[in-house]
Amino acid sequence: MAALDSEDQIELREGVDRETIETVQAMAGKYKHGWETEIETEYAPKGLSEDIVRLISEKNGEPEWMLDWRLTAYRRWLQMEEPRWAMLHYPEIDYQDQYYYAKPKSMATKPKSLDEVDPKLLATYAKLGIPLKEQMLLAGVEGADEPRKVAVDAVFDSVSVGTTFKAELAKAGVIFCSMSEAVREHPELVKKYLGSVVPQSDNYFATLNCAVFSDGSFVYIPEGTRCPMELSTYFRINAENTGQFERTLIVAEKGSYVSYLEGCTAPKRDTHQLHAAVVEIVILEDAEVKYSTVQNWYPGDENGKGGIYNFVTKRADCRGARSKVMWTQVETGSAITWKYPSCILRGDDSQGEFYSIAIANNAQQADTGTKMIHLGKRTKSRIVSKGISAGRAQNTYRGLVSMHPKATDSRNYTQCDSLLIGDKCGAHTVPYIEVKNNSSRVEHEATTSKVDDDQLFYCRSRGMDEEEAVALVVNGFCKEVLQALPMEFAMEAQSLVAISLEGSVG
Amino acid sequence: MAVAQAKLDAAAARLAALSLPQTGWSAAARHDAAARLQAMGMPGKRDEYWRYTDPTSLTTADAPHARLFDAGDEPAMFDAVDRVKLVFVDGVFDPAASDDPVAAGVELLSRVSADIHWAQGLYGVLETRGQTPVARPLAALNTAAATEGVLIRVTGKAAKPVSLIYLHTSESSDAILHHCIKLESGAELTLLENGPAAARFNKVLEVEVGDGARFHHVRAQGRDHERRAVTHIFARLGRESLFKSFTLTANGVMTRNEAIIELTGDDAVAHVAGAALGDGDFHHDDTVFITHAAERCESRQVFKKVLKSGAVGVFQGKILVKPGAQKTDGYQISQCLLLDDDCQFLAKPELEIYADDVKCSHGSTSGAIDETALYYLRSRGVPLRQAQSLLVQAFLAEAIGEIEDEALAEDIRARLEGWLARHGQ
Repeated sequence: MAALDSEDQIELREGVDRETIETVQAMAGKYKHGWETEIETEYAPKGLSEDIVRLISEKNGEPEWMLDWRLTAYRRWLQMEEPRWAMLHYPEIDYQDQYYYAKPKSMATKPKSLDEVDPKLLATYAKLGIPLKEQMLLAGVEGADEPRKVAVDAVFDSVSVGTTFKAELAKAGVIFCSMSEAVREHPELVKKYLGSVVPQSDNYFATLNCAVFSDGSFVYIPEGTRCPMELSTYFRINAENTGQFERTLIVAEKGSYVSYLEGCTAPKRDTHQLHAAVVEIVILEDAEVKYSTVQNWYPGDENGKGGIYNFVTKRADCRGARSKVMWTQVETGSAITWKYPSCILRGDDSQGEFYSIAIANNAQQADTGTKMIHLGKRTKSRIVSKGISAGRAQNTYRGLVSMHPKATDSRNYTQCDSLLIGDKCGAHTVPYIEVKNNSSRVEHEATTSKVDDDQLFYCRSRGMDEEEAVALVVNGFCKEVLQALPMEFAMEAQSLVAISLEGSVG
Repeated sequence: MAVAQAKLDAAAARLAALSLPQTGWSAAARHDAAARLQAMGMPGKRDEYWRYTDPTSLTTADAPHARLFDAGDEPAMFDAVDRVKLVFVDGVFDPAASDDPVAAGVELLSRVSADIHWAQGLYGVLETRGQTPVARPLAALNTAAATEGVLIRVTGKAAKPVSLIYLHTSESSDAILHHCIKLESGAELTLLENGPAAARFNKVLEVEVGDGARFHHVRAQGRDHERRAVTHIFARLGRESLFKSFTLTANGVMTRNEAIIELTGDDAVAHVAGAALGDGDFHHDDTVFITHAAERCESRQVFKKVLKSGAVGVFQGKILVKPGAQKTDGYQISQCLLLDDDCQFLAKPELEIYADDVKCSHGSTSGAIDETALYYLRSRGVPLRQAQSLLVQAFLAEAIGEIEDEALAEDIRARLEGWLARHGQ
């Protein structure tokens, strides 16, 4: 929640609480994270080739097998065609007109501890509200009974600049480090799990990621361990014309638990930038993973100039019996969003949940949803998707619920609601439902409506202006999903909802 | 993306096997349709629009054989209804078995050879409009090569329903019928269709519903186990008009029913409903595309399927609300009752909305018979089979409720009960 600046204190009107005023104030600001860090950056040559793939592998100090894995993916990618089935319209991407590797020069030698990290980088994250000091807390949670600790892995362009609380996590047996470090330090785990959920041949963007991913986070929770704190990765794109390709791998052993948060921002630029990430989650017997994302990449200006093209493959494999995954996403940024966090419910009695808020304003386009693949017996899944379109934006829910013949006695419940603000935008729903046994029950509901006039009138009659009223109604519309987020994210998400809709009324 | 050569070859092969009339009022439309088909090619298994239904048996040059079916002493459909009967045997009009079409104001496609005819404004016109955004090659094939059909122009309220009866007498028949119906402002017509028609049946129905006109359509597709059918309804609705269509499908190895409906006048109402019952080697596909292009229109899609022993049910339904089509009320429900473990229900219920002041919703459910409801009925002394039958009928009731005429609805209900009794439910 945006703090009040002391110089523009405002009087509180009777019946309007401080939070509402703060929301409105937040709305007055545009994209908050559009600034740029001036820092010397080392780039790989522009364009994509086998040499670039080799260079990235070399920069990361990778062993031979990792390079081979990348090259296999790269060769496959050359044979693939970019998918065009999504309801997204964008000019052809020139894959040779991008940098595939950018790293702050100060990171030339890897800092041994956070104290050695370039202060400019630390300042960047501080400005984003992401403290890279272990004793500090995430902004916005003061007043909690006990200070909550969140370990952060900060990824800046192509490299991880630091990971906090590593020692404390290590005591619990939890491995939390950058992907490049995991390849070097824990090759047996990486070899075993990397590509086992999202294979090299999965899809065009995932295959590209396999070839050129530069960094990302690696999480390993050992058997029976409840991760002592929330883990978080914060992605920042800073360099111009640079694509970010991060790879995250989370392995939750039997009976373990972890909650993982992901945030992302980028500076305002006139040109589009490519982001193609892959997240793989492996969940074994009785383990549970919560994965929450607040995606706030730069969305481009009102006319669609600039902004991130976000093509992301996220998938959780519930391999063990009674394993559980919960995806929660708040998608407010990016010019283009192409993202379908999925659950493979392989273990008997496993559960998958997907909660999503996708907001598209101005010229943004979002095509997002989930896949629930029921393979095990008595598996359960739940999808709650809230799409909001404003301005000239197009927002599509696309999802699949598949009940395989052997997934007997399984359940799915899907609810997709769309809200339209203004008559120039679009809201679309494209669910696929495939049921191949009769003991499973599948229910799907979808509605589309506009912001309710009665609710608006009520708010207006209580002294709110139209934008405040819309923000309040929209937050109500999203409530089910906001409640599924960890607290600090929920607060950020709530104010993001308001900011994202700025200028959508009138 | 270039159309795959195999699809183009299949279209060329299919067209080569058919003879296209070269003269008369429909020649230009047929020529145009053949050219369009040659450009789009036949549908293929990998087409998104055919994701859940393999079109191969509908596109081959020769129709797969279908053994004839003896309905036994089952009474003929709609027998109690006072109607104009027109009988088609394997796609060929049978004047001896039919009422006089001329007296009823019905013209036959094969008998109108003039160079100018009112149906020029309709034949292939709505079909062509229906080719975007998704290509429907089998409808273009129909426009190019239809051998028979009815042309009906209605001005006031039609005295009797027009009843088209399709008989199937040859194991290799391949019938292509194309009907055009134009309801002028304020006109009213009920169209009934029943029967299997042929081993393979390709039918297009183009309906122009004028301002304030009302069109009712009830059809029952034949119970021949091995018949195949691909049907398209293309309808365009004027201001304050009404369009209601209900289809009962019981058996048939392959059925693809498409309905492409455009609401172009304000305050128009379109309801499309279907009840399908299938056993064993049964594949049934309802594909519906409703476009709201005017204000305050209402559309309803109600599709229910009951599947037994390995039957497959498909529903693809879309509501498109164009910019400016404010106050739209769009509703869609697709439900499937799976009586056996090896049945499949595959659905893609879509919404595509470009106007903000609308109320659109869809729902889709599937599952087995509700054990609790079954238990309740049994605890009240209802025998198992009867209880199951009651629950199936209750499940289908919403779709049949879309038929306004109670006598017709009753006839459909009787068919359903008969099917359930014969299939051990």
